[in-house]
Amino acid sequence: MSTNLETKISIRDLKLWYGSYEALHGIDLDIYSGKVTAFIGPSGCGKSTFLRTLNRMNDRIQGCKVEGKILLEGNDIYAPQVDVVQLRTHVGMVFQKPNPFPKSIYENVAYAPRIHGMVQDGPEMDELVETALKKASIWNEVKDKLHQPGTALSGGQQQRLCIARTIAVQPDVILMDEPCSALDPIATAKIEELMDELKQEYTIVIVTHNMQQAARVSDYTAYFYLGDLIEFGETQQIFTAPSNKKTEDYITGRFG
Amino acid sequence: MSEHTIKRYEDELNLLKQKVIAMGGLVEKAVRRSMKSLLELDAKRARKVIERDSAINTLELQIDEMTRKILALRQPAAGDLRFIMTTIKIVTDLERTGDMAEAIAETMLQSEDHPLTHLASLQAMAEKAISQLKDALDCFARGDLHLALSIIQKDGAMDLMFKSLQRETLTYMMEDHREISTGLLAYSIGKNLERIGDHAVNIAEMVIYMVSSHDVRHLNHEAASKLLNLQTPTE
Repeated sequence: MSTNLETKISIRDLKLWYGSYEALHGIDLDIYSGKVTAFIGPSGCGKSTFLRTLNRMNDRIQGCKVEGKILLEGNDIYAPQVDVVQLRTHVGMVFQKPNPFPKSIYENVAYAPRIHGMVQDGPEMDELVETALKKASIWNEVKDKLHQPGTALSGGQQQRLCIARTIAVQPDVILMDEPCSALDPIATAKIEELMDELKQEYTIVIVTHNMQQAARVSDYTAYFYLGDLIEFGETQQIFTAPSNKKTEDYITGRFG
Repeated sequence: MSEHTIKRYEDELNLLKQKVIAMGGLVEKAVRRSMKSLLELDAKRARKVIERDSAINTLELQIDEMTRKILALRQPAAGDLRFIMTTIKIVTDLERTGDMAEAIAETMLQSEDHPLTHLASLQAMAEKAISQLKDALDCFARGDLHLALSIIQKDGAMDLMFKSLQRETLTYMMEDHREISTGLLAYSIGKNLERIGDHAVNIAEMVIYMVSSHDVRHLNHEAASKLLNLQTPTE
């Protein structure tokens, strides 16, 4: 498993402040290409904050300051010349609550490729929409109602539509912040199965409170606590033989 | 180790450990009693060992049920998972050891018509086997890596004792064919004692896995210590 690992995102000594409060205390981590990496840890440990630094979602939070380096394929994503909108086409995000645009299913997927000028409306766009919906494993359920509103779908379908929307701009990395916490177990299983397929093409980073989910879907797991990265390793190792006592206490339920 | 946030889970794990230790206690007692019945020609005691094997079997079933429940309902991870895995495996070793004691007791009853010979060698083997079994139970109860490693180290001596018993019984049987029936009984008791030693080693290996997460099964003592980066005092 550990052979031929390629680093997609390299994070070095990353610190983050909200005003005077230091939320991340110098994180060093490599995220491997074509793998699913899960961030786990108790509420307030910094895992979501950290995830959001990976496509600069914290930029617009007032008083938020970031120090250190995040290199996406060797390029510093916090460099002044970086276009954040472009960055987010490379590093897409799926949120906790499914949030489709109040538009048709088709438009939800076509919107971003159109504004980025990736393809023209017409057969090319139809193809792109179909491919994205297929990759998100929702095509069969929506192919006959592409022009109905995306918000009319079930929660699980909406989440897969959001994944299709993310895929439509052909990102390298997909960030998922608790993507299944609002879904029932069957919809959750569909998303988890989808993640397994998507990692053939994309690097996936997921934040989850559900440790069994982290164990099921991820190849690597990072445990965060109070703004520090406590332990990072192969998921199998973290869940059977963690090397840090804090990790052990958390995943066995001896926390707090 | 600190306690689980869910108290009932903590209680379940503690109770499970107590049950395994209790089962180990019964098994150790059964082995001691079976050997005593043999050495003291005490048929009553031998029958008691056979009767009480069902208590060991009952504990095996209870422990299996508890581990099944914890696996299904608690999804144990890390150290808890290794503890559950260890329990599942060593319960089988303990149950088999109980069966060995029962077999020794049965041999004792058969030997009433043919007085047993080779008792000194069997007694020495039994002492060794019981001490290995006792250490195996102690290292499980305390999570003691050093003690577990020493059990693996001492198993070689057990094997040598059995080989020497084989030679001894064989020599007698070749010299005088009237020795064959008692020779075979002694041989089968020796085989049971040697197997008890092997089960103690299995338990020790699982304890090492439980404590350190290293799988040392099928490794010799040297390789196992090297993997664990530990030195045991040499004998």
